[in-house]
Amino acid sequence: MFLNQFLLLAAILFCIGVYGVLARKNAVLVLMSIELILNAVNINLVAFGAYWNANDNTNVSGQVFALFVIAVAAAEVGVGLALVLLIYRNRQSIDIDDVDMLKG
Amino acid sequence: MLALLVAQNIAFYIIAALMVVGALRVVTCKNLMHAALWLVLVLAGAAAQYILLASEFVAITQVLVYLGAIIVLFLFGIMLTRAKTGTDDDLDNKNSAKFIGGGIAVLLLGLMGYSLIDGFKDTEFGNLMVQRTAQVSDSIFSTYLLPFEVLSILLLAALIGAIVLARRD
Amino acid sequence: MFNMIDKVWIIPALMASSFLVILFFGKRWGTRATAGIGIAAVSICLLLSVIVAGNWISRVNHPPTGVALAAEVVQANGLTPQTGENIAGEVNAVTHDSGETVAAGSHATMSETATTGASASEHGAEHESVPPVVRAVTWFQIGGIEFEMGTLVDGLAAMMLITVCIISLLVHIYSTEYLHGDVRFTHYYAFLSLFTASMLFYVLSSNTLQMLVGWELVGVCSFGLIGHWWEEKKNTDAALKAFLTNRVGDIGLILGVIITFFAAGGTSFNVLHINEYALSQSANTTLLLVGALCLFGGVTSKSGQFPLHTWLPDAMAGPTPVSALIHAATMVVAGVYLIARLYGVFFSGLAIGSSTFHYVAFIGGFTTIIGGLLAFVQTDLKKVLAYSTISQLGYMVMALGVGAWTAGVFHLFTHAFFKACLFLGAGSVSHACHHTFDMREMGGLRKKMPITHATFLIATLALAGIFPLAGFWSKDEILAGASSGQQSSYTIMLIFGLITAFLTAAYMGRAYWLTFWGDYRGHAKPHESPKVITVPLMILAGCAILFGFTNFPANFFGIHLPGGVTTRFEHFVEPTFAFPPLQHAEFTPWLAVVSTILAASGLFLAYQYYEKNRGPHGLTSRNKVALAGYTFLENKYYLDDLYTGVVAGSTKGPLARAANWFNQNILDGIINGIGLGARKIAAVVYVFADQLIIDGAVNGSGQGSEGAGQLLRKIQTGKVQQYASILFAGAVVLAGVLVFVV
Repeated sequence: MFLNQFLLLAAILFCIGVYGVLARKNAVLVLMSIELILNAVNINLVAFGAYWNANDNTNVSGQVFALFVIAVAAAEVGVGLALVLLIYRNRQSIDIDDVDMLKG
Repeated sequence: MLALLVAQNIAFYIIAALMVVGALRVVTCKNLMHAALWLVLVLAGAAAQYILLASEFVAITQVLVYLGAIIVLFLFGIMLTRAKTGTDDDLDNKNSAKFIGGGIAVLLLGLMGYSLIDGFKDTEFGNLMVQRTAQVSDSIFSTYLLPFEVLSILLLAALIGAIVLARRD
Repeated sequence: MFNMIDKVWIIPALMASSFLVILFFGKRWGTRATAGIGIAAVSICLLLSVIVAGNWISRVNHPPTGVALAAEVVQANGLTPQTGENIAGEVNAVTHDSGETVAAGSHATMSETATTGASASEHGAEHESVPPVVRAVTWFQIGGIEFEMGTLVDGLAAMMLITVCIISLLVHIYSTEYLHGDVRFTHYYAFLSLFTASMLFYVLSSNTLQMLVGWELVGVCSFGLIGHWWEEKKNTDAALKAFLTNRVGDIGLILGVIITFFAAGGTSFNVLHINEYALSQSANTTLLLVGALCLFGGVTSKSGQFPLHTWLPDAMAGPTPVSALIHAATMVVAGVYLIARLYGVFFSGLAIGSSTFHYVAFIGGFTTIIGGLLAFVQTDLKKVLAYSTISQLGYMVMALGVGAWTAGVFHLFTHAFFKACLFLGAGSVSHACHHTFDMREMGGLRKKMPITHATFLIATLALAGIFPLAGFWSKDEILAGASSGQQSSYTIMLIFGLITAFLTAAYMGRAYWLTFWGDYRGHAKPHESPKVITVPLMILAGCAILFGFTNFPANFFGIHLPGGVTTRFEHFVEPTFAFPPLQHAEFTPWLAVVSTILAASGLFLAYQYYEKNRGPHGLTSRNKVALAGYTFLENKYYLDDLYTGVVAGSTKGPLARAANWFNQNILDGIINGIGLGARKIAAVVYVFADQLIIDGAVNGSGQGSEGAGQLLRKIQTGKVQQYASILFAGAVVLAGVLVFVV
């Protein structure tokens, strides 16, 4: 197996995620797209970690890093969805374009 | 060995295809529930890829956390925000925004693809050894102890934050 | 007799302390005490002056010689050691009593001509060089120049001391009666003391700076005393006129002091130093000429020479004793004294005896004539005497100008006494005639005031120059000097002198006959004045008779008196030290006879015209020329009009107006213009630089920021997805840069 395969896969997923962030109106869907991005990054990390591990067996840093990313992603989704709920409660809609009170 | 490699490659390509399709469906689906389900596919595919990469612990964690918790969170979110069941036309931005997003995504893909191909053209995995969970735990609790603790505090904060934000009063 | 000559400074100090005492305590102690203090002080000064004169006479008789002489010369007089040796050499040579060559040989520092060398030997045979006694203390020092204060006593100074003290004493005594009951009696006596102190200070000065101080002080006292009755405006006007006219001349004096100081090397103001320089071979005669002319400017104003004589007649507005003391005997001769003291400068500068530029002599001669002419048209007795003073001062200056030093100084001496007598006599007359001096209101006073009449007559004859009174001897000596003095003859001056001799007798005769003969034309009851007034008159008349004999010539119509009796005045008074070698004119019998005939005829004509009323009376009403001449004289040659109207008037009027115009329009115009220009520039700068550019820049930057902000705020839409798109786009760009460029 080539390293490139995994990396390219990760890149494709990343870009799809980016498209999703920019193209979707619904907040939950935006969060889902962000999950895509994070997963792409995770694949990247684990691929490199495995590559590194193939050379040096004691090194499991890729996995560890990916674990941390998963944990953070979880936290982030939790808080994000809480925010989405809050927005929904106040406005009865989770259209991101409506949340522009911080405009200059 | 060769058979293993061939099998690994085939497995990889099938799972990768599924993941890409799933991802595309996530970002283009008109049905909110379906999008979540397609996300499940992507996440599951990621877990499978991890196993292919001999990282068993993170694969299991992926399944547990992502597929188990986060998707459930998403479904709760969808439920609590009274998403329309069935097709919902109001999920995408204007076309201009989609084009811009698409453009950026394509550019980014092109760039990343070029640099990856250019950089890692003939890099092969050597002898992929299984990364044991014991090793991972050793690593977490020795080398990466501090980030681990910080992470736990982060999770605590997120927990409290989520509760505070979302409680009804 | 103790040595007063070293402590001669006591004399002016005594008078000064008298002044201070009268100033502070006079009012409190009353008029009698004031007069007493003044008279006592002057008496003591007179006594001391006589002692000083005695000291000097004994010094002349037994002069210091040899080493003592040289040492004294060098140390006390601040002269160069070379001069000391020269003088010692001269002394040694003269004691041999050899021919002129020896004397001339050692006269290395004296003048060039052989004739003067010969005369020096003749001179030296009479008496040796006797240096004056100089005592000085350093006042202050600036830049290496020592300014000293000191006294210089020689024959001239001693003579002046005695003159000033005698006349001051008599005036003090006279004034007790004349100013009896005056509103400012003590003030007057204070000024008299101050004047006497200043005059004595001036006379005893050892350097020209001190002379300047004394000169100015006597000017101030003159001002104060002329304006004694300042309640009347004409008195203050006269006082101011006197002071200011003197000030004009003082410019010349100050310049002369400075020029002589620098000419003589710029190290010392000492009179002997300056004279020595002036008579040395290396003297800069042109510079000395300028200095002498400048000094003569001061003399012109103080001693009433033409054209600055105009203040003297007006000064008669002061009390008569003041006129006697100041404007007849002492202050006005300060100028003559100046020339006499600095005679080396005048002799060298004006090249008396060898040049043709007889400026000093000519002015002196001219002054005698114009003074004499003006005395004819006066109705005021004191004014006649004032013009007479001007005329006699002209005589003195003329004498000094032609090189007849002793003649001029001798005339100063004798004139002081008989002129003071005349003035005091006039005062006595007015005292009796209810304080009027108008001769038209007098007449026939000889019967009512016999003593005054007798003294006045004696003084008149002395003034006219009738043998054997004092004026005859002194005036004759002047005429002799003019006729055969330093060079062949000063013809014009001689003619002036002879004409004036006639005029003097004529106008004095006129005054005398109008006042004392004829019928009394006034309104008062004249009577003889008290003793306090008449005794000074008698003393002065006695002086006028006797003092002429002090300079009895060696050969008088064949009479040869023993050598120790003739020309005593000259022997003791004429300086022998730092003094040019002068030729002394012998007594000329024909000149004496001619001048006496002129004087007698003047008196006789006056008698005929005024007493017997013969002659062309009323000529001025018949003859236009005579009337014009009379008017010309009456208006004092229009000099007063010239000074007041033209000089002062043009300065006050057009010149002041021109200066004002210049100031207002040009100077103020420039300044205002600068101000206006600055304002305009400021306005322009304000509009363009400040408002437009600077404020524009500042505002512009603000507006630019605002505009930029307005533009940039469009980015902040509040839409998260837009932020995200920008984020990712930026990431793409950066990644591209990173991949492709770096």
